[in-house]
Amino acid sequence: MKEFTASVVKEFRHIFRDRRTILIAMVMPVVQIILFGFAVSTEVNDVRVAVCGDLADPAVRNLVDRIDNNRYLSVSGSLSSPSEITGVFRRNVADAAVCFGRNFGENLAPSGRAQVRIIGDGSDPNTAQMITGYLKGVIQSEQTEAEVAFAGEGERKASMAPVVQLMYNPAMKSSYNFVPGVMGLILMLICTMMTSVSIVREKETGTLELLLVSPVKPLWIILSKMIPYLVLSAVNFATILLLSHYVMEVPINGSLLLLCFAALVFVVTSLALGLLISVISPNQRTALLICGMGLTMPTMIFSGIIFPCESMPEVLQWFSDIIPAKWFIIIVKKIMIQGTGLVSAAKEMTILAVMAAFLLAVSIKSFRTRLQ
Amino acid sequence: MDRNAVEIRNLTKKFGDFTAVDNISFNVRKGEIFGFLGANGAGKTTAMRILCGLSLPTAGEGTVAGYDINTQQEKIKRHIGYMSQKFSLYPDLTVRENIRLFGGIYGLRDRQIREKTDALLGMLEMQSEKDRFAGSLPLGWKQKLAFSIAMIHDPEIIFLDEPTGGVDPETRRRFWEMIYDASEKGTTVFVTTHYMDEAEYCDRVSVMVDGRIAALDSPERLKSEYGADNMDEVFRIIVR
Repeated sequence: MKEFTASVVKEFRHIFRDRRTILIAMVMPVVQIILFGFAVSTEVNDVRVAVCGDLADPAVRNLVDRIDNNRYLSVSGSLSSPSEITGVFRRNVADAAVCFGRNFGENLAPSGRAQVRIIGDGSDPNTAQMITGYLKGVIQSEQTEAEVAFAGEGERKASMAPVVQLMYNPAMKSSYNFVPGVMGLILMLICTMMTSVSIVREKETGTLELLLVSPVKPLWIILSKMIPYLVLSAVNFATILLLSHYVMEVPINGSLLLLCFAALVFVVTSLALGLLISVISPNQRTALLICGMGLTMPTMIFSGIIFPCESMPEVLQWFSDIIPAKWFIIIVKKIMIQGTGLVSAAKEMTILAVMAAFLLAVSIKSFRTRLQ
Repeated sequence: MDRNAVEIRNLTKKFGDFTAVDNISFNVRKGEIFGFLGANGAGKTTAMRILCGLSLPTAGEGTVAGYDINTQQEKIKRHIGYMSQKFSLYPDLTVRENIRLFGGIYGLRDRQIREKTDALLGMLEMQSEKDRFAGSLPLGWKQKLAFSIAMIHDPEIIFLDEPTGGVDPETRRRFWEMIYDASEKGTTVFVTTHYMDEAEYCDRVSVMVDGRIAALDSPERLKSEYGADNMDEVFRIIVR
């Protein structure tokens, strides 16, 4: 045990001596969360809507109020004619415009049909689509309510319009998607990359030989290398969780304990991967390359952080199944946002646990045979 | 205690079709300085790894410090010291932290480590350098420190794998004084080297060629046997 503590202390010293590494490890999660949160955002938030139409009309007034009262929308001004829309988009004073047809109220009352146009700024197609979709929802819900009110009057047929409502994330907040993604990415980077590099570094300098020739068992040497990164990733996990909850306002609807457990399983998977990479890499550069090209990039692309796995060709979907981060991210989404328990995340949890056990067994075995 | 420090019988190590160590047998007497010579790729390193308990032989048997090389690797590791040709300290740890670390992994108690640290720093006259990073020390000091640290648990045998690579003759001479000191105190020294003048300092030397031991005797006898003036000539005649 004494031998083990001595090597763990040593590993911690290595990490804290290397100011640059520790800085990267501690600051990277914060920067990534903030970057993704504020710079890379396709969500509906503080959308400025310009309205065009007869504001004296009570039906129009009603809809405009509804838009203005919405949490994510605000009416930025009224236009006297639709031709002014181009101007407000160019001057960037509105993100979308709503144009009400002539005699909107009069047409609506007898037939339930009246013309309204929603115009989005297509120069940013993703955001425009998100905003127009959301606006449509807001206006249609008004329409449905109007129809319900009319329904009692007989003869008039209510026209059916589907109302799209997104559960768990009505405003399509992108933070709901990227927080689990960044969590997966950071934990994997810290655990896999840093562990593999730290083992390979000792291989390069020859000091690994010194440890191996000492009475400390190889398994303990490996474990003593993993523990500091386990601690480091726990700190990172807490940082991301706090930031995303209090700054990004991502809810934690499910059990925090379960979330931590899932993270632990994922961290073990990543550590085992790191060990495996350290066995096959002759030097630090190779280890970094394998981690970067072979792990980080596929994780970014195939774990569903950026592209939804469901819309990939089938072959790529199979490939995405072998990426541990994908399963972890699904679990995090289920627990944090849907608030489900262990039962509904059981499948993903099992897959992740099996991956962890398999990788750990393989990596320890190959580490041992490498020594012979 | 009249047993040999190292006894090796018919040791063979194969990697696939390649035979790195081919049926070698030799003894190292207690307290002697045993030079283990050979060209690169002659099988020195492989043989030494087996003796250090890092690798298992394909065939053959033997003991190191009285423990079986096939079955008691953990015990062997506890009773030997090892210093490699590469720098054997952690450059990003201070002198004192390096001593602590190796004291720790060789299972010394805290009090023993403290005593050893003081004694060692005193002996090397490095008291004022104890909080310096090992990486910033001059090469000569690093080697002395590495040697002392390899001896921290008072091993019966110390394995030195080309310990003096890349240092000037004066530093090498002082390093050999430390080796003699250790030998006088009863530690068996097993050393590989490229420098033939160093071979002269050994009590006995063995020369490996293509996985076999081509010659094994004291430097004087080898020189007279091969009719050479120095070990360099001896080595060249054997290897040729």
